[in-house]
Amino acid sequence: MTNSKDTELVTIRETVYDLIRDIRDPEKTETLEELNVVSEEGVTVQRFNTDEYLIKIEFIPTVPHCSLASLIGLCLREKLQRKFIERHKLDIFIKEGTHENVNEINKQINDKERIAAAMENPNLQKLVNECLTD
Amino acid sequence: MLEPVCTLEGHKETVWCVAWNPNGNLLASSSSDKTIRIWGQEGEHWVCKSVLTEGHQRTIRSVAWSPCGNYLASASFDATTGIWSRKEGEFECIATLEGHENEVKSVAWAPSGSLLATCSRDKSVWIWEVTEDEEYECASVLSSHTQDVKHVTWHPTKEILASCSYDDTIKLYKEEIDDWTCCNTLQSHQSTVWKVCFDQTGSRLLSCGDDKALKIWQEYPPGNPEGVATVGSDSAWKCVCTLTGYFNRTVYNVDWCHNTGLIATAGGDDAICVFKEEECSDKNQPSFSLVTTVAKAHSQDVNCVAWNPKTPGLLASCSDDRNIKLWQITGL
Repeated sequence: MTNSKDTELVTIRETVYDLIRDIRDPEKTETLEELNVVSEEGVTVQRFNTDEYLIKIEFIPTVPHCSLASLIGLCLREKLQRKFIERHKLDIFIKEGTHENVNEINKQINDKERIAAAMENPNLQKLVNECLTD
Repeated sequence: MLEPVCTLEGHKETVWCVAWNPNGNLLASSSSDKTIRIWGQEGEHWVCKSVLTEGHQRTIRSVAWSPCGNYLASASFDATTGIWSRKEGEFECIATLEGHENEVKSVAWAPSGSLLATCSRDKSVWIWEVTEDEEYECASVLSSHTQDVKHVTWHPTKEILASCSYDDTIKLYKEEIDDWTCCNTLQSHQSTVWKVCFDQTGSRLLSCGDDKALKIWQEYPPGNPEGVATVGSDSAWKCVCTLTGYFNRTVYNVDWCHNTGLIATAGGDDAICVFKEEECSDKNQPSFSLVTTVAKAHSQDVNCVAWNPKTPGLLASCSDDRNIKLWQITGL
């Protein structure tokens, strides 16, 4: 399943990374790439079935007590939702050991019901949109 | 085999829930498009009979029919629960229950029809009393869970309520003298428990969750011959079977058919699985086998499955792909 020689998967991975690298950090003027929150190595792509990909994005919050880690998770997901046309399953994780509440936040940012509700919240919607505008 | 019967298209966003009315001739569905659709048969075909709009401001997470079939309750991310009355085929919103602090996730009617339960991300479970003049009064607020409560369901015959949560547990509640209390906490799942339901007798529970597992729980009443320890007049509940290895992603929903005993699952892996209990299965250590899997039942996550209460083996499913599908079990 995880054949690094599979050029199609490499292309998908590059496409995904190109979409998320320019997301703006919620607190700073720099992008997630510039702050090393996301990296190309943090993105992995597998085949989930014949016409769906399984994408995993691992990110590193700027500080271990970063209060906006779940917002970053929401931005990553929303960006793919809007711009990545291939059918996929998406898992988003904070890199182990880079945040005080890794497990808690990882659970929250992968709960589809919580995500759906968050994206209906006008305040959160506004914050996400600000991070996603070019 | 699980044979496709038809696809019901109409919702414009994720369909979260499907629920059959007690007669099994109407199917209600709820969606992120903020509408409820009612589907019924015209001749051979299943068609959309009504679209209920303007009841909610946000996603309608779930719907439930009253035992008499004349009312429909809807739970919404707008923090309210809607009550719809069905008269001569038309639905009218007759009440909006307010009280939860944020998203209402699930709603369920007690078998008597005189109690309603709701649960929310605010960690609470509310029990509402239905008065004779169709008023809804809060009878109890239960704050036993430490996190988001995902689902509530009633025992098929007794006034016992079950809830499951993001805190990885299942809780059971009963009325004691004047108030409702939590009488059991069931721990075994390793992550969020998305759904819990009783079997036909109410002596077993079925649950599923983020840990990609299905669990069967057996009730052991006080003085049980197996010698399972109980406290006071309350039964003990023990996990007697765990089914894993069948699911690639979260199991979002499960339904235990009260006619056939079949179990259907809805998964984040786009699949529907059907299980049945093996013959000669031991009650204290039951074994279940996979009857069939439909790998790409939908093109995205399957959010809910529901067995028709009257037609054995007729199953409804719904998905993020905005569609509802009907299926028929054959060859059993």
